[in-house]
Amino acid sequence: MNAAVLQLVQIVLVVALAPLVTGWVRLVKSRLNGRRGASPFQPYRDIYRLLQKEAIVAHSASWVFRAAPYVTFAAVWLAASVIPTFSTDLALAPAADLIALVALLAIARFWTALAGMDVGTAFGGIGASREMLIASLAEPAMLMVSFSLSLIAGTTAPVKIVGFVLSGGVGLDVSMGLALAAMVMVSIAENGRIPIDNPATHLELTMVHEAMVLEYSGRHLAMMEGAAMVRLTLFMALIGCLFAPWGMAQAGGGVDGILVGMGAFLARTFVLATALAVFETAIAKMRVFRYADFLGGALLLGLLATIFLYVSEAV
Amino acid sequence: MLIAAAFATLPALSLFALLFGRRAWSHAVVYLGCLGASLCLLAGGLVHLGGHPGAAPTLVLPFGLPWVEAHFRLDNLSALFMVIVDLSAAAASAFGIAYGSHVPEPRRVTPFFPLFLFGMNGVLVADDAFMFLVAWEFMSLASWALVLADHTRAENRKAAMVYLTMAGFGTFCLLPCFGLMAGPGGDYTFAAMRVHELAPTAGFLVVLLVLLGAGSKAGLVPLHAWLPLAHPAAPSHVSALMSGVMTKVALYGLIRVLFDLHGEVGWQWGAAMMVVGGVTAVLGVLYAVLQDDLKVLLAYSTVENIGVAVIGLGLALAFKDSGEPALAALALVAGLYHALNHSIFKSLLFLGTGAILTATGEKSLNALGGLLNRMPWTGAAFLVGAAAISALPPLNGFVSEWLIFQSLFQGPSLPHWAMKFGVPVVGALLALAAALAAACFVRAYGVAFLGRPRSEAARGAVEVPAVMRLTLVVLAALCVLLGAMPVVVTDSLSGVIAPLIGVHFPVSADLGWPWLSPVGATRGSYSGTVLVMVGALMFGAAILAVHGLGVRTLRRAAAWDCGHVEDNPASQYTGDSFAQPLRRVFAATPFRARETVEMPEPGDLGPARHTVHLIDPVWQGLYVSLGRLVDAIADQVNRLQFLTVRRYLLMMFATLVLLLLVVAVRQP
Repeated sequence: MNAAVLQLVQIVLVVALAPLVTGWVRLVKSRLNGRRGASPFQPYRDIYRLLQKEAIVAHSASWVFRAAPYVTFAAVWLAASVIPTFSTDLALAPAADLIALVALLAIARFWTALAGMDVGTAFGGIGASREMLIASLAEPAMLMVSFSLSLIAGTTAPVKIVGFVLSGGVGLDVSMGLALAAMVMVSIAENGRIPIDNPATHLELTMVHEAMVLEYSGRHLAMMEGAAMVRLTLFMALIGCLFAPWGMAQAGGGVDGILVGMGAFLARTFVLATALAVFETAIAKMRVFRYADFLGGALLLGLLATIFLYVSEAV
Repeated sequence: MLIAAAFATLPALSLFALLFGRRAWSHAVVYLGCLGASLCLLAGGLVHLGGHPGAAPTLVLPFGLPWVEAHFRLDNLSALFMVIVDLSAAAASAFGIAYGSHVPEPRRVTPFFPLFLFGMNGVLVADDAFMFLVAWEFMSLASWALVLADHTRAENRKAAMVYLTMAGFGTFCLLPCFGLMAGPGGDYTFAAMRVHELAPTAGFLVVLLVLLGAGSKAGLVPLHAWLPLAHPAAPSHVSALMSGVMTKVALYGLIRVLFDLHGEVGWQWGAAMMVVGGVTAVLGVLYAVLQDDLKVLLAYSTVENIGVAVIGLGLALAFKDSGEPALAALALVAGLYHALNHSIFKSLLFLGTGAILTATGEKSLNALGGLLNRMPWTGAAFLVGAAAISALPPLNGFVSEWLIFQSLFQGPSLPHWAMKFGVPVVGALLALAAALAAACFVRAYGVAFLGRPRSEAARGAVEVPAVMRLTLVVLAALCVLLGAMPVVVTDSLSGVIAPLIGVHFPVSADLGWPWLSPVGATRGSYSGTVLVMVGALMFGAAILAVHGLGVRTLRRAAAWDCGHVEDNPASQYTGDSFAQPLRRVFAATPFRARETVEMPEPGDLGPARHTVHLIDPVWQGLYVSLGRLVDAIADQVNRLQFLTVRRYLLMMFATLVLLLLVVAVRQP
């Protein structure tokens, strides 16, 4: 099948699937907490409901506040469309490698943080300031992961890394393991999940992401929530494609290959979503100034992954 | 011809400013003249790069020292830096037409402004050490005079003193550097230096001296101390040039010596530069994120960006010496690209600060706020600059950082273990610097332009005159253009570095035009052009979908703020509160950041005070102790002033014997 068609399918797929992934995480968490929980399709209804409400904007807000939801959503969506999910045969794949991917997510963060400061309230500032702290720790860690993956696979393009892993390039590798651990820690931070941030918190002083979008309502809030959902799906797809890409369709694989790839992608995503729910239920949120320990640990794991590569080469 | 005419115009303009400086209109004439001259030089540089890429016209003029004529030469490297310098020079001159009358004493600015441009361009075309140093000093002294323009403020006088000392130190290092390269033959033309083979010791000293000399001008840590003092002290359009461009002239000096004149620099120097660059980048941005004064913040961020460019240069040296010319070309292109980008967005940000100063008279973040609603053009242009310097795609800052990362990721292919282990660490430092830069500029933009005004001055701000707005918008457009069309830039840079490295840089070798795939298609690629187009489509699709599916009404209301709305703008987050988590996490060790809170007794209505103590490790550790050492030595030497004649005679005799001994021992 044509790379452009597959690309279009993926662009639609990531947005269509994202609310379900979030809904699934919430459902599993409720069950683990002993509640019945809402249907996994509830986020679709939430977003539709938000779209039907009028948007309220503070008097002091500028156009940045109104543009930010769309910029954030578009940046995350773009990032999610260049990562191989079910097939590596994507027309846009060469437009951005892992480094560009980090930067695309940085656009979303930059605008969300600015939007948080735009109204001129204390909570927005708290959120923006903490978000930038998390980013300044998480981004280097993520780039270290890219570094070690680029050393192992000889490329920074996710599509090519998938090809390398699928062709049996790596076995059970210490460096891959360390990179995976670092990547998981970064993903938790980037998505504002426990223990870094609690997406369900109702206590303003502990909010990070929620504090930045506190002033949003109506369609703007829908876009911000949507961006967060797509980002969660994106990181699951990214972890899946870098460390467990089995079943993914390659170029020239035919319709069967694509169906298998789609099934494998859905399976991977829901396994990871369930794992996330279990992990979040089992752990408590940490204090703001312990972020540095957590994410500094991720950075060191990333560095260690690189060093271990040298060691294994030398031995 | 055009270039020569433009060169001649600049000193003439300076003279004109001296003669007619009393008339108010003369300042506009000078800036218009500078604008014309820099546009001519810009055109000259562009034509040279585009039209005759291989040619290097030379010119010999019969002045200078009696036995050395003045040699000039315009090769690709000079032409590229001429484009960098004169692009920002044109912007600063255009800005100056309107801004020049806002500085306290315009007559202290206009005579030196053309001379400053003259000096910077002179360094680029000089083809012998004498002309190079003369032009270098023109640049240093003219900018020193500009730093002193507002001489009534004590901190500006201190800044000028520190700057003069550091500039003197820089030239003091460059002088023996060129002397060593000329060798005992004493031929000071660059052509002779290119063929002159350096002995190992002399080669070592040349690299060390040029790193100290040009590095102090560029602002490499620990020689950066003058930069955040001097750059903010000058009027904003001059700050833009000092920060955006003069540091690039210093980089030009580094590249000219290390890649062209010296020729055989060992990979160890490349590794050292890479590490110095990484440390400079992180320390620079760490300082920047803690500043309250917008101009000081920008000056520190210049230190960071110079560090980033120097990482590229160091990598290029290491690759070149290890027989990897293609990778050396990539790293050098990345470094030059970053230099070009930084000159554009730093000029934009400094001129934007000039616009803020014009509108409010304030440059302290904690006195600003809400400017975007009052200055929409300046605000939008500044936002582009802030996003570009934070290395966000699709703007230009990201492309050069991406290229530097790509070349860093190739570092482990080098055979040296020092490089293998150094490269990941420098990569982490670079990533940290990029992330902190984003935090720094979210803070700067968010506090200055967003939120509610924190002072009456900010509340009453109005948009600046059309000339200033136009300048800012043109620079912002360049940031977008150079980021969205990276292949065009890398193609022309490839012509610049070919003579220095010896290979052409295959930018888009495997994938074709809009794709940047420097190390081959399988190693990773980027396309700003495609991302812009698809991103714009997605942005449009998101808006259309949302407006199609839902309601379009929008209501303005009071801020929600969880129900406790506070009208006092002081309740907003300030720059200091924004920086607090970063300060605690990153600055606790290097700057020994400490916070003290003084709470009034219960029942006391006095305000609580929160004070932050920071210690600048470089200033305290290096400069202050150096000053103490000099003082102590001076005290000791001072005793020699009060000796008897007999003792002086004895000392002269002893010196004579010593010198004779030296001569006798060294006699073959």
